[in-house]
Amino acid sequence: MIDQIRSLLEQHPMIPLNFGALADDANLYDAGLTSFASVQMMLALEEEFDIEFPETMLTRRTFSSLANIADAVSQLTRKAA
Amino acid sequence: MDAKTFDSKSLLDSLFENGILFESGIDGLYGRSGAFEEVIERFERLVTRLGAPDKATRIHFPPGMSRATLEKSGYMKSFPQLAGCVHSFMGGEREHAQLLGMIADGGDWTELQKATDVALTPAACYPLYPTIAARGPVPAQGLLFELSSYCFRHEPSKDPARMQLFRMREFVKIGTAEQVRSFRESWLKRGKAMIESLDLPCEVDLANDPFFGRGGKMMANNQRDQGLKFELLIPVTSIEKPTACLSFNYHQDHFGRTWGLKFADGEFCHSACVGFGLERVALALFRHHGPDADAWPAAVRDVLWSV
Repeated sequence: MIDQIRSLLEQHPMIPLNFGALADDANLYDAGLTSFASVQMMLALEEEFDIEFPETMLTRRTFSSLANIADAVSQLTRKAA
Repeated sequence: MDAKTFDSKSLLDSLFENGILFESGIDGLYGRSGAFEEVIERFERLVTRLGAPDKATRIHFPPGMSRATLEKSGYMKSFPQLAGCVHSFMGGEREHAQLLGMIADGGDWTELQKATDVALTPAACYPLYPTIAARGPVPAQGLLFELSSYCFRHEPSKDPARMQLFRMREFVKIGTAEQVRSFRESWLKRGKAMIESLDLPCEVDLANDPFFGRGGKMMANNQRDQGLKFELLIPVTSIEKPTACLSFNYHQDHFGRTWGLKFADGEFCHSACVGFGLERVALALFRHHGPDADAWPAAVRDVLWSV
């Protein structure tokens, strides 16, 4: 799942981060992720995985690393299944 | 304006009845009485006096700003619902006749207008950053500005403390992260002391901006997690939901990066601002001390009328 997320985000024109060079647990904000780009990321993930992040998950922490994102996405896709 | 009733509609009605505000037919756009304006002038002088030791450069901007500047600042990403853009008729005589026909028929004639280069200023500091960036590198000690502008936000409401056109006075510090954080700290203390000297109940609390949509919820959570925004709240139309009259904002290097505001060594500047909602402070004063400013407590009058 992490690889699917990595390649999705890598292709996103509004998130200018080099995801290919980032470790699963690298902090994306330290790598230059802005608040606005994190919103774009959230919307792209929702579309790709057909999920909706609940408000409680719309936090900085949820989107702070590829590993955290994968955790959140798998929680939500499990729920949907 | 008795001290017990606290709801927005009755406060607004009482402001009209006492001739402090005047109706315009549009919620959030009001005429102001001479007494109301005098309170605002006095409060502005107080703000300027408190900030005087810091020797800020004063700039007064008009209520309209460059639309391109507003776009580049990212305002439409965060607050598309609040923005206002000025449109004007740019057609010829044929279109003019068409326009008059549409008005006569009660139709929507505004489609014959086009967007101008002017947007309404949403906060006093938006026009500042490109103006400063154009002047070259920021000196090592940073820069400090005192700004004033009428501001527009499209949020019609019966709450007199939520006007669509209102004035904002701001101090803006542009410098290192450390410089702008200590600037904000000093104003958190000064601002609270100033409002307390006016015998107004207040509290300072962590806050977030009204970012648009679900993505905005995330921006708001980020803002809170990082402690980027504080507000000084005074009960004006509600005790449970007091009104933000002053706000203290740390922008990190958002405007520095957006506008290329740099030090001579190429490092991006950080910025912070403290904003004073002038109508809100005046409303709080009338709300708590009564409709007749001449009859306000002597201690409050001393503070305002001695500057």
